[in-house]
Amino acid sequence: MPKDDYIATIGLEVHVQLKTNSKMFCGCAVKFGAEPNTLTCPTCLGLPGALPVLNGGAIERTILVGQMLNCTTPEIVKWDRKSYFYPDMPKNYQISQFDLPLCVGGGVPLYDLAYPKEAQKNIANPGKSVELTRIHLEEDVAKSTHHSDFTTIDFNRAGTPLMEIVTEPDIDSADEAAAFLGSLRQILIYSGVSDADMEKGQMRCDVNISVRKKGTDELGTKIELKNLNSVSSVRKGIVCEIDRQIGVIDSGDKIIQATWRWNDELGITTLMRTKENADDYRYLPDPDLLPVRTANLVAKVQAILPELPHQKVARFEEDFQITHYDASVLASDGALADFYETAAKGAKSPKKVANWVINNLLGELKERELEIGDCPIAAEKIGSLLDLVEGGTISNNQAKEVFVELFESPDSEPAEIAKAKGFEPADSSEVDGFIDQAIAANPGPAGEVAEGNDKAANFLTGQVMKLSRGKANPKQVTEAILAKLRA
Amino acid sequence: MNPAELSISQLRAAYQSGDLNPADAINSLTEAIVAKDDAIGGYLSYDTETALAEAAAADISLPLGGVPIAIKDLINVKGHPASCASKILDGKYTAPYDATVIRKLREAGAIPFGRANMDEFAMGSSNENSGIKPCKNPHDLNRIPGGSSGGSAAVVAANTAIAALGSDTGGSIRQPASHCGVVGLKPTYGRVSRYGLVAFASSLDQIGPLTKSVEDAALLLEVIAGSDAKDSTCLDEPVPKYSEFVGQDIKGLKVGLPKEYFAEGLHPLVKERVEKAIQYLESQGAETVEISLPNTEHAVATYYIIATAEASANLARFDGVRYGHRTSESPQDPEDNKLIYHYKHSRAEGFGDEVKRRILLGTYVLSSGYADEYYKRAQKVRTLIRDDFSNAFEQVDVIASPVAPTPAFKVGEKSTDPLAMYLADIYTISTNLAGICGISVPCGTVSEDGSDLPVGLQLLGKPLGEADILKVGAVVEAGQKS
Repeated sequence: MPKDDYIATIGLEVHVQLKTNSKMFCGCAVKFGAEPNTLTCPTCLGLPGALPVLNGGAIERTILVGQMLNCTTPEIVKWDRKSYFYPDMPKNYQISQFDLPLCVGGGVPLYDLAYPKEAQKNIANPGKSVELTRIHLEEDVAKSTHHSDFTTIDFNRAGTPLMEIVTEPDIDSADEAAAFLGSLRQILIYSGVSDADMEKGQMRCDVNISVRKKGTDELGTKIELKNLNSVSSVRKGIVCEIDRQIGVIDSGDKIIQATWRWNDELGITTLMRTKENADDYRYLPDPDLLPVRTANLVAKVQAILPELPHQKVARFEEDFQITHYDASVLASDGALADFYETAAKGAKSPKKVANWVINNLLGELKERELEIGDCPIAAEKIGSLLDLVEGGTISNNQAKEVFVELFESPDSEPAEIAKAKGFEPADSSEVDGFIDQAIAANPGPAGEVAEGNDKAANFLTGQVMKLSRGKANPKQVTEAILAKLRA
Repeated sequence: MNPAELSISQLRAAYQSGDLNPADAINSLTEAIVAKDDAIGGYLSYDTETALAEAAAADISLPLGGVPIAIKDLINVKGHPASCASKILDGKYTAPYDATVIRKLREAGAIPFGRANMDEFAMGSSNENSGIKPCKNPHDLNRIPGGSSGGSAAVVAANTAIAALGSDTGGSIRQPASHCGVVGLKPTYGRVSRYGLVAFASSLDQIGPLTKSVEDAALLLEVIAGSDAKDSTCLDEPVPKYSEFVGQDIKGLKVGLPKEYFAEGLHPLVKERVEKAIQYLESQGAETVEISLPNTEHAVATYYIIATAEASANLARFDGVRYGHRTSESPQDPEDNKLIYHYKHSRAEGFGDEVKRRILLGTYVLSSGYADEYYKRAQKVRTLIRDDFSNAFEQVDVIASPVAPTPAFKVGEKSTDPLAMYLADIYTISTNLAGICGISVPCGTVSEDGSDLPVGLQLLGKPLGEADILKVGAVVEAGQKS
């Protein structure tokens, strides 16, 4: 059967490390790259007698994400022990949340720009939001490193607050999964709770996939896919696994519930373990931790709820009269959006500011290998630079020169630089003299202008620009020529 | 004056008068241990040298300045072994940190001295489950001292300690105190920090004192009680000066007598001693009221589900990966998973039978498909038991009862019948399920086979009602002397 005759059903489990100063259940620092096993204490080492204490900051941050994603937070939440034996978990149980997680329901809106580039033009479900099952907060395990015949364990990571975001089986394709991760990352960065960088392990993703024939209702057997360490691995892994499952079904075989592993180098999935014996985690409410009442925390978080990317896009379109695309590009990065907003506020043409930021500023920053946060030029100065153009003081090309100069001396005002460069408005007597000179030297075109030919006016403007060695403002020159010849 | 035989308050007085100094106490205890403890088995280890160094630096002006305290082997003292009387840790684990109670003891000037024997991981009522060596009752070496804090009770009774800390999960302080004829107090759940106490059943465990007098129990509790940022279940409530309640009168105080605790199964002579002590309380102005704790019959079953469920998770960490016993065997079959093999064999070799039995039971009651039927149901019954006490305390100030149905039994008498052993905890278990406080105070002896075996009176108090039970306990104690 052709692939088109199958429907894929995909659900994700995303683990996100929270950017807190201390660990989930003890005061040890959360820091990447420290000497192994130096950020530990009896609690995160799981030593006999040590007890966990909740990190309130991590709880608030998780509720914040939940509120941003329209989740509900139960009035009372609690933590449970999830039991299984593994050396990276020193208590042999993980403190997680079972039946009363911090967030329930909600959804992640899929942003157009979060889709892979080639998929952006043909989005299957525009405006889709992926439904969430829950978000809970647990402790990360230690980091195991497997050597040839032994394994080392670094407990610095053990106990780092880890948010697990579980989706409903609501994703239809690899592209949608990529868009989900991209959109989620954007929102997480907006929330300030995590940098959510998959390559750095701050965000990790397991995928559940099943396929079924079109026209059937019953979901196919689910395969869990692991070892997906980047958005592109997630995408490739899903495509590969869907193909494999279709192949199995097409050949008349059955899918057996199992965990498969993505091999990024070979571009294939391989069987990790079958799930003949379903894991029994023997969840137990953790008697060391008291249940938490959430009402006050939710109220506290709601007072500081940041705007979501799509809300910002809508506001930019409305307030600044820019296109949806431009607004989306600007809102794709919180720092960029803030920069634009500062620059555009009070500017004569916020639209021009948007063009300038997207086309000129980002290009220049990229050239200089700078992030928007490192931009030496204050946003306000981009606004006032473009006001000079909009007001006719300088031309667009002149503005580019001023802009480059601004990078070198960011403390100067754009107007000062323009003045120093001799960029002057066209109403000065000198420019007026050049206009008369050009009209006198070109009687033919001057006559055509008088008869209504605009192209001829452009020609005369060009002549004036030459005479002024580029210092005059072309827009104002044209206006002056027209005024003289068509009066 | 033999310092080892003194109580905390007597020793403090001798320090103040200059008759004794802390080194005298350590030396005297060491002599007593050398003389008696081989037969009793109350200590798993002790370190005279370190204690003498601490004695030399002791500030006797502090509340417990220079007072040596024996510590049950499951409370972490930095630099001391903490084996929990288990082969899985014995000789293979030294505590790298101080429990909060130890920090508080040190701040009060006390000297942690000696690791008291116990049932392995606090699982047992006779100390026969010690994975290291048995502990005997100093009043009759053929009998058990009780458990699980059997060592703590025995060393205080034998005058090989001034006082001791134990832990009580279902009676583990009160029952050995009763059998050994010392005072043992289990504080309200959350009154004392559990940080550094190796957990058996986290929602039931409390650390408490075992002492030679009610006043000593009050003095120790004053020091170890109070809030702790490291234990979320520890209550942030002010700590009364408990010792001031010792000696106060009990006129008009209402004492409840739960009819279920005086029913069949109670040894007639134990009953008689307990009733005599209650009569004395009446003679001192207390009013007795019969009450009912109707869910008593469900307590043992409820306890063994909740305690073992928690224990199965708490004891999962003893896997020989980073510390403790690790098997020297390796799989013969190349198909065997090495890691699973390591876990199975290290734990099978390290844990004793009773610990294994409880881990298995706890694992079973939490298993998928059984958790609702057992664990969740037990939690509901626990609420009913708690309600029984809340209702009772609307009528009375304290509850009086026996601690154990019989005096100390003979070594081996019940060790083949776990259920009989579990049922002997019937009067003490509900206290922990309800989270209230209780004390065992000696109220006489029963003569058996030529030995005078101590009997304790149990007094139960409201949540944070330690002052009440200490006050009544002191009256019982005075009655014994009169």
